[in-house]
Amino acid sequence: MASEAATAQSNPVKRPPPKKKKERILGLPPDRLSDDHIWTRRDFFSLTGWAMFLGSLSVGGIGFLRFMFPRVLFEPDPTFKAGFPNEYPPGTVSEKYIPSQRVWIANLPEEGGLVAISAICTHLGCTPRWLASEEKYKCPCHGSGFTKEGINFEGPAPRPLERWKIGLAEDGQILIDKSKKYLSEKGEWGKPGSYLPV
Amino acid sequence: MILGNVWLHLHPPKMRRHAVRIKFTWCMGGITFLLFLVTLVTGVVLMFYYRPTGEYAYYDLKYLMHDVPFGAVVRNMHRWAAHSMVITVMLHMFRVFMTGSYKPPREFNWVVGILLITFTLLLSFTGYLLPWDQLAIWAITVASNMARATPLLGHEGPFAAQLGIGSRYDARSIMLAGTIVAPATLLRFYVLHCIVIPIAAAMLMILHFWRIRKDGGISGPL
Repeated sequence: MASEAATAQSNPVKRPPPKKKKERILGLPPDRLSDDHIWTRRDFFSLTGWAMFLGSLSVGGIGFLRFMFPRVLFEPDPTFKAGFPNEYPPGTVSEKYIPSQRVWIANLPEEGGLVAISAICTHLGCTPRWLASEEKYKCPCHGSGFTKEGINFEGPAPRPLERWKIGLAEDGQILIDKSKKYLSEKGEWGKPGSYLPV
Repeated sequence: MILGNVWLHLHPPKMRRHAVRIKFTWCMGGITFLLFLVTLVTGVVLMFYYRPTGEYAYYDLKYLMHDVPFGAVVRNMHRWAAHSMVITVMLHMFRVFMTGSYKPPREFNWVVGILLITFTLLLSFTGYLLPWDQLAIWAITVASNMARATPLLGHEGPFAAQLGIGSRYDARSIMLAGTIVAPATLLRFYVLHCIVIPIAAAMLMILHFWRIRKDGGISGPL
């Protein structure tokens, strides 16, 4: 109404005051709103119905999500015992658990003690071999080479070898947990659990 | 009742002549649907012999391939139709894009099509595990390892440490029903492959075909 002032002067006809525009409340159109109530009875019941419907749907959905995570897994135990720490002299890399667990157990004094190195090449997942004479892990698939600590120094491997969690069981044996990784590129080597002081 | 029936109104009442020219449509949408029907029928036939358990799956496959009359034919029809469907669905998408058929008023149907190509690929992914041979197990192992890096939901992804998400409860473990590809994974993929995804895809296809009609039939020449 841009010309309201002009028309009021030239045309002195009384006009009804413009109706106050009612605001929409909760997305309900103004004509569904009465002056003394926010909602009509019908609005209240329909909103309640939708709330109950969506509420039960989300409870069911959350329940289904939980249902999809079983409490017991029929899988090999990710933890295993690997003998006593004194079986691994300083500076050695043991291949004892390569066939059964794909893990080297290396005693590296400069790394703080025993580490459990995953024998999964970080390039494409082949199993490297420990070449004791050359003091390196060498992957037969594409020639990736890793130092005794597991640092990649030749071939296509993009990252150092991963380490598993290592600790002691109650009976004093080494306990290795293959559900927890320690990655060099994340600065996790040297964290408690990534090595076992000897 | 009759007027409101989606089954009787999937097809438009009239077609423009240019729109059914092979040169324009390549018939890729229709061929894709035909291949879907082939995989559907042969898949149901295969279900009469296949048991999705670690003990039986691979041997049921051998049985189908060597001892069941026409078993090898049915299985190979299923395989090839499935592989071809992935190709034709991509060609269909390419044709729709090149003819500008994704533009308004058809933009909603393009989105439905995006969902359909997603479900097509998910059907391929879940079906790939069912032979339960080395190729299948390791392919799903490698592919599912990608889910580790899902933001917020994967245990090796961004924000996983802050949220305290471990390998037992994340995007990958809900897919695999555990932390490795195991018989539980096979059963889960089987249910998804045979029931959940086909029903979802079929419902979206009905919507897809109905929208063609609603949006004024197959698009005209540019």
